[in-house]
Amino acid sequence: MTSFPEAARIALGDSQLRHNLRNATTTIRDKRARVVAEVPDWDELREAGRAIKADVMRRLDEYLLQFEESVQAAGGQVHWARDGAEANAIVLDVARAHDVTEVVKVKSLTTDEIGLNEALAAGGVHAIETDFAELILQLDGDWPSHILVPAIHRNRSEIRDLFMRTIADGRELSDDPRELADTARLYLREKFLDAKVGVSGANFGIAETGTLVVVESEGNGRMCTTLPPVLVTVLGIEKLLPTFADLEVFLQLLPRSSTGERMNPYTSLWTGVTIGDGPQEFHVVLLDNGRTRVLSDQVGRQALHCIRCSACLNVCPVYRRTGGHAYGSVYPGPIGAILTPQLRGVANAKSLPYASSLCGACYEVCPVKIDIPSVLLHLRAQTEKDVAERIAMRSLARIFGNVRLYEWAQRLARAGEGPARRVPGPLASWTQTRDLKPFAKETFREWWSRERGA
Amino acid sequence: MRIGLFVTCLGDTLFPEAPKATVTVLERLGHDVVFPRDQTCCGQLHQNSGYLDEARALARRFTAIFGDFDAVVSPSSSCVGAVRELSPEIAPRVFELSEFLVGQLGVEDVGAYFPHRVTYHPTCHSLRVVRVGAAPRRLLLAVRGLELVELPEADECCGFGGTFAVKNPDTSTAMLADKCRSVLATGAEVVTAVDGSCLMQIGGGLSRQRTGVGTMHLAEILAS
Ligand code: SF4
Repeated sequence: MTSFPEAARIALGDSQLRHNLRNATTTIRDKRARVVAEVPDWDELREAGRAIKADVMRRLDEYLLQFEESVQAAGGQVHWARDGAEANAIVLDVARAHDVTEVVKVKSLTTDEIGLNEALAAGGVHAIETDFAELILQLDGDWPSHILVPAIHRNRSEIRDLFMRTIADGRELSDDPRELADTARLYLREKFLDAKVGVSGANFGIAETGTLVVVESEGNGRMCTTLPPVLVTVLGIEKLLPTFADLEVFLQLLPRSSTGERMNPYTSLWTGVTIGDGPQEFHVVLLDNGRTRVLSDQVGRQALHCIRCSACLNVCPVYRRTGGHAYGSVYPGPIGAILTPQLRGVANAKSLPYASSLCGACYEVCPVKIDIPSVLLHLRAQTEKDVAERIAMRSLARIFGNVRLYEWAQRLARAGEGPARRVPGPLASWTQTRDLKPFAKETFREWWSRERGA
Repeated sequence: MRIGLFVTCLGDTLFPEAPKATVTVLERLGHDVVFPRDQTCCGQLHQNSGYLDEARALARRFTAIFGDFDAVVSPSSSCVGAVRELSPEIAPRVFELSEFLVGQLGVEDVGAYFPHRVTYHPTCHSLRVVRVGAAPRRLLLAVRGLELVELPEADECCGFGGTFAVKNPDTSTAMLADKCRSVLATGAEVVTAVDGSCLMQIGGGLSRQRTGVGTMHLAEILAS
């Protein structure tokens, strides 16, 4: 994968992207701050969210079995998938069993993570994304750059042109958002009514009852999970909650943190199969795909607490400038910087733990109190360092470990410093855009000796 | 009270004005300050760069050097934050200067006079790690002659982040550009903060753009 600094450099050159990102993230961020400030016990709620998730991680083995039992008791079928390939094969089998060439789908990061759409396509099944933004990206062969606002990097006139090329049936469109939405709606309604199989992810799975929960804004998720006679849900194993009552905490935390709303417009809950109402065949695929490895790391595992609200993206000074694509994964921003290296192995994403100034804004807003800066440091310690850097850092540690060496190095550095305002070597990147602070003519300790004689 | 001064490796080497000013302010308030000569770095640089073993060794060294003081005071929130995490045995006795003055000594007016237009950048670690709160602002408001102007989007990171500025130069520069724009919008003569490293980043940008806006550590203003 392209390293973060390299991908970021390209993204930073796109002024349209930076403009869109700034506007959109500022709006959502301010909305979030307002509705969070309304809740007097927000910090207690966050702590409750954190504690419930920590309990789930500690006892995940028990909760998973309980969940399986509950789903089966309610008439659903449970499948276990070790990785993306297994999960994709299970979904494809269900589609094939019903002889379909099209399925309707709700926006889901988990299915993006495993490349479900591509796998289905390879098997001759077309998955239609029904979320407005996801539809745009799918029609254009693009991919999401924000968890919640996947097409944050696109603007209206681009969308108008795209729709005219694809789903408008030769009609002329303006770039009026309402007209664009209506065009998508007409196209999607027909797809909903025709579809035999729906595919979804889920925000939560309840171990106690086997209930699945989808939280959304547009209502397309409600259509996907109720209209087709067959429904398949892919659920990351970390998404479980112990009891139905736990939703009380998370349905307060999630909408306020993600869209800055007190409550989101559509919350769909279903439990197995209900005769004569909704899908008559229900499958849930429990996906591991690296999660048990993350679980085995005591510091890193808190990344699995994430409820994908995207609050951390909207406040991140790095994400707000580079956008999501630079993170090279479906999980962008601060959460991506700690989740991707853990899911894929640190060696496969070694620049991501460094894609942060450690400003701490993410930790402050995270509704489940994931200490992202600490996990970043934890992961930095696991990255393989290049030889020159390792030698330099080891020598520096030796110098800091001995005050005689340290004082000698101070004098040496000052003597070696030329009049140059731009320097070569590792600091060249600094001096391209900033002036370098010259070494002090007299260090503090020299001043102290001169003044105080000790 | 025995106060140990932790000047930080960067403060010692690159911006000694800040620790010198810290001495001036504390002594003006009648306190004795000790400078333990063996001090070097707290370990943050190595922790930040992913060298945890080296960071821990330096933290143990730091704990031994500063273990006997009633209070350890430093003009850097970033280093204080690192010490609190890496050297937990002495964490409760380690303070950033402004939080020490306001929170521990109960002082806001340190007798300073600084007749200039100043804007204050709340650094990330002072805001979110050490949580100095309103202390720096209260100290600035009590400085005679000083006009404090609000910095737009004040709590946005300046883009320094230690190794971040070196490993992600383009993103760091984009962050710095926005910070410099905010500073210039205030019409301030001086931008101040409680971290020399962030001031080095902001000052480097302001000076390269020849803006004429200066940077001064909060301690320097308080010592004026
Ligand atoms: S890490 Fe926290 S703030 Fe970021 S998306 Fe996940 S839950 Fe939300």
